[in-house]
Amino acid sequence: MVKIGVLALQGAVREHVRSIEANGAEAVIIKRAEQLEEVDGLIIPGGESTTMRRLIDQYQFMDGLKKFANDEKPMFGTCAGLILLAKTIVGYDQPHIGVMDIKVERNSFGRQRESFEASLNIDGVAEGYEAVFIRAPHIVEAGENVDVLATHNDRIVAAREGQFLGCSFHPELTEDHRITAYFIEMVKESKAVHNV
Amino acid sequence: MKTGTDRVKRGMAEMQKGGVIMDVVNAEQAKIAEEAGAVAVMALERVPSDIRAAGGVARMADPRITEEVMKAVSIPVMAKARIGHIVEARVLEAMGVDYIDESEVLTPADEEYHLNKNEYTVPFVCGCRDLGEAARRIGEGASMLRTKGEPGTGNIVEAVRHIRKVNAQVRKIVGMDMAEIMNEAKLLGAPYELLLEIRELGRLPVVNFAAGGIATPSDAALMMQLGADGVFVGSGIFKSDNPARFAKAIVEATTHYQDYELIANISKDLGIAMKGIEISSLAPEARMQDRGW
Repeated sequence: MVKIGVLALQGAVREHVRSIEANGAEAVIIKRAEQLEEVDGLIIPGGESTTMRRLIDQYQFMDGLKKFANDEKPMFGTCAGLILLAKTIVGYDQPHIGVMDIKVERNSFGRQRESFEASLNIDGVAEGYEAVFIRAPHIVEAGENVDVLATHNDRIVAAREGQFLGCSFHPELTEDHRITAYFIEMVKESKAVHNV
Repeated sequence: MKTGTDRVKRGMAEMQKGGVIMDVVNAEQAKIAEEAGAVAVMALERVPSDIRAAGGVARMADPRITEEVMKAVSIPVMAKARIGHIVEARVLEAMGVDYIDESEVLTPADEEYHLNKNEYTVPFVCGCRDLGEAARRIGEGASMLRTKGEPGTGNIVEAVRHIRKVNAQVRKIVGMDMAEIMNEAKLLGAPYELLLEIRELGRLPVVNFAAGGIATPSDAALMMQLGADGVFVGSGIFKSDNPARFAKAIVEATTHYQDYELIANISKDLGIAMKGIEISSLAPEARMQDRGW
């Protein structure tokens, strides 16, 4: 069985754990950088990206997260997690982890009163997927090796670049576990390749 | 596309879990809070201990202050409206505030009815001391709860009482026979359907933060250990000797609430916490937690 870590510095950790377990994989709550070595894939949850970044720095998580990416292990960022993965953030000089070749804009749909639910078709993952967007970012530009998986009103809201999966919305807030299942498949494939 | 759904409103609070929401009265404090790792700020005209000291009627903050705070930070901004004050709430919603606290810290505008929060697009947080109060607020549409504690005292004892009470009552519901739920709903003054949902989920259907009296990193960690989903710190930060350090330390203690060595380290030489008030020395009319019904 594959082990999926959930970065547990702040945010919707419990929901991701439930979704991983609903798909029959083992979930590990990651609070210490050294725990990253125990897992085959990592989910970076929704929450407040500025808060998570402060805690990543305070607990020397950054090197471990970059190494995780360098080791070609799959990483999945939802909402704040997507911002942490992006190589470029609109309005900021520096990215956070900066490993996925996308440019994102924070809070790009507006404030909380503009937060919404919408039905999406996610390429190769799910048709008619009820997505929950909360003060969500979107992908303004995607690099040439990035596959756009879903758009909403012509804005990119889900994408994959090899080992990296990212979305603007919160799969963890619904009972629809299809995108988590897709990520777990990515982790299984990656583990199979690396164990050869 | 749908806005203002329960999932969107409750989900916003889910994203704040494990975090600290700090009271601020201007842009400068808001930036200190954001820099320290706060997940949101609560824009106010005065922190609760100053409201206590000032006396008189406490109302929604001057919109200028709220606006200034919204411009200063990229994290969500919350603001307080008086209990039952429909217009203060609508004004805050129109300004684009991310969450409204229908709060007993302000002087109530209605001594019988809370707001019908289901009608709003903006989500609400409300205080509670027990499961009946929690369930009534959720029934009215609150998307997030917090303990009432006793605001502006720097004394954790009431917040502890409230989180223990609510969680013990939730456990009781979970263990109940179906036949017993209706009578419990009657005794608690709680909506029956909500108690069924709590029994099914094994927990409240919305997050419950700690608030009202948190003054130190250990206080924040204590509330997390007792099952709070996150903490609100009001007077505790900007009434301490060194707000920036206090703010950071409280954020860290909230994340790592079971790491006692770490809490010991971050608590060293923090300077003096807010002075605090012994609850029994408060006159009955000064008890904010008794506001709301």
